[in-house]
Amino acid sequence: MLSIKNLHVSIEGKEIIKGLNLEVHPGEVHAIMGPNGTGKSTLAAVIAGREGIYEVTEGEIFYKGKDISEMAIEDRAREGIFLGFQYPVEIPGVSITNFMRTAINEIRQYKGLEQISAANFLKDMEEAKKLVGIQSKLTNRSVNEGFSGGEKKKNEIFQMAMLKPDLAILDETDSGLDIDALKVVANGVNALKTDQNATIVITHYQRLLDYIIPDFVHVLYNGRIVKSGGKELALELESKGYDWLKAEA
Amino acid sequence: METKTSHTALGQKMIQTFEDNEKLIFRNDSSTIVDRRKKAMEIFREQRFPDSKTENWRNTDISKALALDYNYYLEPGFQKHVDIDKMFQCDIPHLQTKMISQLNGWFISENGNLTKDVQGVIIGSLAGAKKNYSELVDAHYGLIADDIKSGFVALNNAFAEDGVFIYVPDNVEVKVPLQMVNIINHDENIFIQNHNLVIIGENSSLQLVQCDDSVDHQRSLINTVTEIFVGKNASLDHYKLQNKNDNSTLINSIFFDLKRDARLSTNAITLNGGLIRNENYVTLNGENCEANVMGVYLVDKAQHVDNQIFIDHAFPNCRSNELFKGIIDDSAHAVFNGRILVRKDAQHTNAYQTNKNILLTDKATVNTKPFLEIYADDVKCSHGATIGQIDENAMFYLKSRGIGEHNAKMLLMYAFAAEVINNIRIEPLKIRIDDMVKKRLRGELSICEQCVLHCSTMEKEIKFEIDLSKV
Repeated sequence: MLSIKNLHVSIEGKEIIKGLNLEVHPGEVHAIMGPNGTGKSTLAAVIAGREGIYEVTEGEIFYKGKDISEMAIEDRAREGIFLGFQYPVEIPGVSITNFMRTAINEIRQYKGLEQISAANFLKDMEEAKKLVGIQSKLTNRSVNEGFSGGEKKKNEIFQMAMLKPDLAILDETDSGLDIDALKVVANGVNALKTDQNATIVITHYQRLLDYIIPDFVHVLYNGRIVKSGGKELALELESKGYDWLKAEA
Repeated sequence: METKTSHTALGQKMIQTFEDNEKLIFRNDSSTIVDRRKKAMEIFREQRFPDSKTENWRNTDISKALALDYNYYLEPGFQKHVDIDKMFQCDIPHLQTKMISQLNGWFISENGNLTKDVQGVIIGSLAGAKKNYSELVDAHYGLIADDIKSGFVALNNAFAEDGVFIYVPDNVEVKVPLQMVNIINHDENIFIQNHNLVIIGENSSLQLVQCDDSVDHQRSLINTVTEIFVGKNASLDHYKLQNKNDNSTLINSIFFDLKRDARLSTNAITLNGGLIRNENYVTLNGENCEANVMGVYLVDKAQHVDNQIFIDHAFPNCRSNELFKGIIDDSAHAVFNGRILVRKDAQHTNAYQTNKNILLTDKATVNTKPFLEIYADDVKCSHGATIGQIDENAMFYLKSRGIGEHNAKMLLMYAFAAEVINNIRIEPLKIRIDDMVKKRLRGELSICEQCVLHCSTMEKEIKFEIDLSKV
């Protein structure tokens, strides 16, 4: 589904990702771990297509067999890539309902489908809300405006449930969450998992991986994946920290 | 130099016109009004029109508009039997208003220009009111429209003969909003000066919608003065809608005087216009007044919009809140000048001021100058101004959900403007303004098809891929 080969990314001339390789297949859950400042969020943003300060200097990103290097952000989303933001953006004046309806209809239009009916949209909304335990009033509010940290993260998973992506990248979705909110978010992600879609969970701590069980764990350090393994690698990192890997790298 | 000469030329022409036509200009006036006119003319002689050296006019170049030749009429320049309904019709669904129409600055009415209803509410022409209600006019006309504010105000006070007169007695709640419409339709360049006078008695309330429209593309210079007296514990809900052709110049000076416990909400919505200058003077002339002064301007091409707000906290325990937002496209230019004066005795004043702008191009310009002048020591005041582009983080967020560039931008711009639109308290008007803002943002609002609220052709159904009605 996703195949990244020898990816190099610079921010303002400084190389952040230095030759990264990653293969993700349908039905898999990958965790990318690593200390702060090693390029985890940069990787997530670049897969989603963020331009501006991010410059891909070398390498390829293939998604569903297509090179998406030149593909616009919105087209990547329409093709099924979803980025759960570490810091979801507040958009005063735009209601979540309208935001989601606009997004869904643009995606449907891209795929040559009719606009979603009001009834189906409402039904999907209800299911997605239930999934992450959002009270109904949340959906009448402006996107993320005045939301608590937990609400913002729940709202990301709510959007994921609405858009049903093929590849979800969750960037530090656990940061700023208490244990109850963490469970809600993790349950949501697990419930959305099928053998057709894939999830990349980016996290700093092992804690989230108690609830979202990864098939693969990768350690990102200094712009490259320095170690990959199964879910037990996360536990090893938890007990040993990252220093032994730094020494190895 | 050329413009300077021409600029002087229009001023000189008006002075000459005044001298040559005193009898005609004064024909409806009491001696009190005549004296006020003469005094105003003296001030105009000294002040003349503002130019780029005039403080508060530095960022608005009026010289080109003043350099043109205009026809000026001392009597209505149209047939008495104009059927204004054929020229425009209000087509806002469910909006019930009482319409007060002016054509080229002159009052139009078929039944004697003045009406008085059972509650004692008088509506009609200022020229008529001068004759029939001279004591009311004398006690208010020209009193708060201070000649020294600008040459335009002085010239208007000297010349203006007609305009709208509204009188609401004490203890009357006017149920139906009043809608003042000034349509400009002329086949030559025209200079218009009208003067509106609104008096709201104690404990009364009024909703007033003031529309400035044009139905052709002729050049016009309009110098309007509106004086509004809001009595003790009275309330006024005021809207100013501006959708004018690109060749028009509008100088719109409004003076509000609030007595004790009075409440004012005024909202200026500027959708199109060549050069628009709104001067709002709000005097909180008694304790415990509240004034909400808001505006939104969406300008493109080479349009110029200038909002000058002056709020005078003359008494203690008053609240004022200013919120102006603008989206400036192409090489358009916006100016905001907000001055809040808190006088020495105006303790416990709460005064807030915000001006936010989005510039869509490199050539779009905004000059914003928030200004607080505080002489009391126990007050809460704040001001803030921002100028920015569309937020890149927000754009990325919207796009990452599959929303394309165009709709993402639309959503963000609409959301930006909506903060002001949401304060419109006449629901059908809000819905319409909402639609117009959406059309305006999509570049589909045409002033030849329709003026702000009136049009002879049915509008097309607005279909949005974004259902902004649910925003």
